[in-house]
Amino acid sequence: MTPLLETRALEAFYGDFQALFGVDFTVGEGETVAIIGANGAGKSTFLKSITGVLSNRSDAIRFKNEPIGALAANHVVRRGIAMVPEGRRLFPSLSVEENLQMGAMSKRSGHWTLDTVYRLFPVLKERRYSPGTALSGGQQQMVAIGRGLMANPDLLLCDEISLGLAPIIIKDIYAAIPSITEEGTTVAVVEQDINQALAVADRVYCFQEGRVSLEGTPDTLTRERISAAYFGL
Amino acid sequence: MDWVNAIVQGIFVGGLYALFATGLSLIFGVMRLVNIAHGDLIILAAFLSLAVVDGLNIHPLVSLVIVVPVMAVFGYALQRGILNFTLGKDILPPLLVTFGLSVIIQNALLETFSADSQRLQAGAIETASIPITQGLAIGVLPLIIFITAIVVIGGLQFVFYQTTLGRVFRATSDDAVTARTMGIDNNHVFALAMALALAVVAIAGVLMGIRTNFDPAVGPARLLFAFEAVIMGGLGNLWGTLAGGIILGVAQAIGAQINPGWQILAGHIAFLIVLVIRPNGLFPRVQG
Repeated sequence: MTPLLETRALEAFYGDFQALFGVDFTVGEGETVAIIGANGAGKSTFLKSITGVLSNRSDAIRFKNEPIGALAANHVVRRGIAMVPEGRRLFPSLSVEENLQMGAMSKRSGHWTLDTVYRLFPVLKERRYSPGTALSGGQQQMVAIGRGLMANPDLLLCDEISLGLAPIIIKDIYAAIPSITEEGTTVAVVEQDINQALAVADRVYCFQEGRVSLEGTPDTLTRERISAAYFGL
Repeated sequence: MDWVNAIVQGIFVGGLYALFATGLSLIFGVMRLVNIAHGDLIILAAFLSLAVVDGLNIHPLVSLVIVVPVMAVFGYALQRGILNFTLGKDILPPLLVTFGLSVIIQNALLETFSADSQRLQAGAIETASIPITQGLAIGVLPLIIFITAIVVIGGLQFVFYQTTLGRVFRATSDDAVTARTMGIDNNHVFALAMALALAVVAIAGVLMGIRTNFDPAVGPARLLFAFEAVIMGGLGNLWGTLAGGIILGVAQAIGAQINPGWQILAGHIAFLIVLVIRPNGLFPRVQG
């Protein structure tokens, strides 16, 4: 497996508060990796560090074997890492289509265009002139994923995409992931729902109090080991 | 007929106030920056036009060809060089820095041009008028100013809602951090917004300089009119800003018609009434 993204001894701080302690993490090309953990385990902080929202040591994060830890967020996305943020964070002043177009501002070319995103989520085409925030929670999540795809990323980071959604909607959202990976995009999902994470992922990392407490493939991880790593029992 | 005349003239003055206010509204809308130096920048543009007119011996309206781009470039540099460093969760640093900028601009103008009252000489259009009925005539210059305000605001509406730059302005205004993760360089976007705002300020400054006398100390009064127009119209709503400017202009005209000493006071009273009845302004921007 060729590593696409690697972090080595990654640390992250909010002022004096340390949120991540020496995280080693690897995701290979074409893999789907899930990051699980309880609230406050450092999962979202980890994604913010990778995407440049939180700055870091340059060599703490390597993408396609180049150091990107010190790059600002607007430069990270140009390298090929896009994020679907927690809470979706659609732009309220923008329509669905304008929200999607914002995703293409990094000017990377590839498979994903308005047409292909509408093919993946046909309901968005019907609602394309509506304000993004006027849609249902599930549809808003589709816009957020579509917006991330519009950057034609090599790596798509999805932060808590099932949060606050009905189970049937979550199923629809996760059903889109194979179509995304088929087009050559590697996916990393942060997920609190362990069953969902195990179902979708090739490999799983569990975070606890800012550290990786467990790593493995879904078939090698027992319920007991996951519970211990998740809750620190 | 005197009253009709006063109200019509008030509407046209409102166009100038709207031009004062548009830049202020644009900057607040995009980056939540309250620019205390806004009025002084209007006066700076008027003095810049005066220097260009004197130096090149051209008509003040022709000087816009130079003043507008110069002010836009100045706005870009000002934002990138100073104001971007003041933006953040705390609203106080931009207020203090632009207050300091206001003092610097006033004193620099005083040193360069003295405290003498100045005017941009535009020739026949200053006094030309179009008779409508017996006792009612519309001045050509106020008409030009009013039409300019409509064109500028219409143009900005087009930029904001029909162009990629406008989409980026609105997205950055909504959520600067998420916009950054889409590849947007916020510092550049804010600087472009300031450049656009100062281009409008340049137009407002030159038209004001043709219409009325100005000196280095009158900037804060223009800021006050701009504030009142923006707040009456509703923050972040450009057509609302035009309405706010017209209300201010008409109120001042009615005040002056009752008693010449009441002109400015009547504008402030109208502002207070709107503020009491509709604290968010008459046409606040609706957030989705």
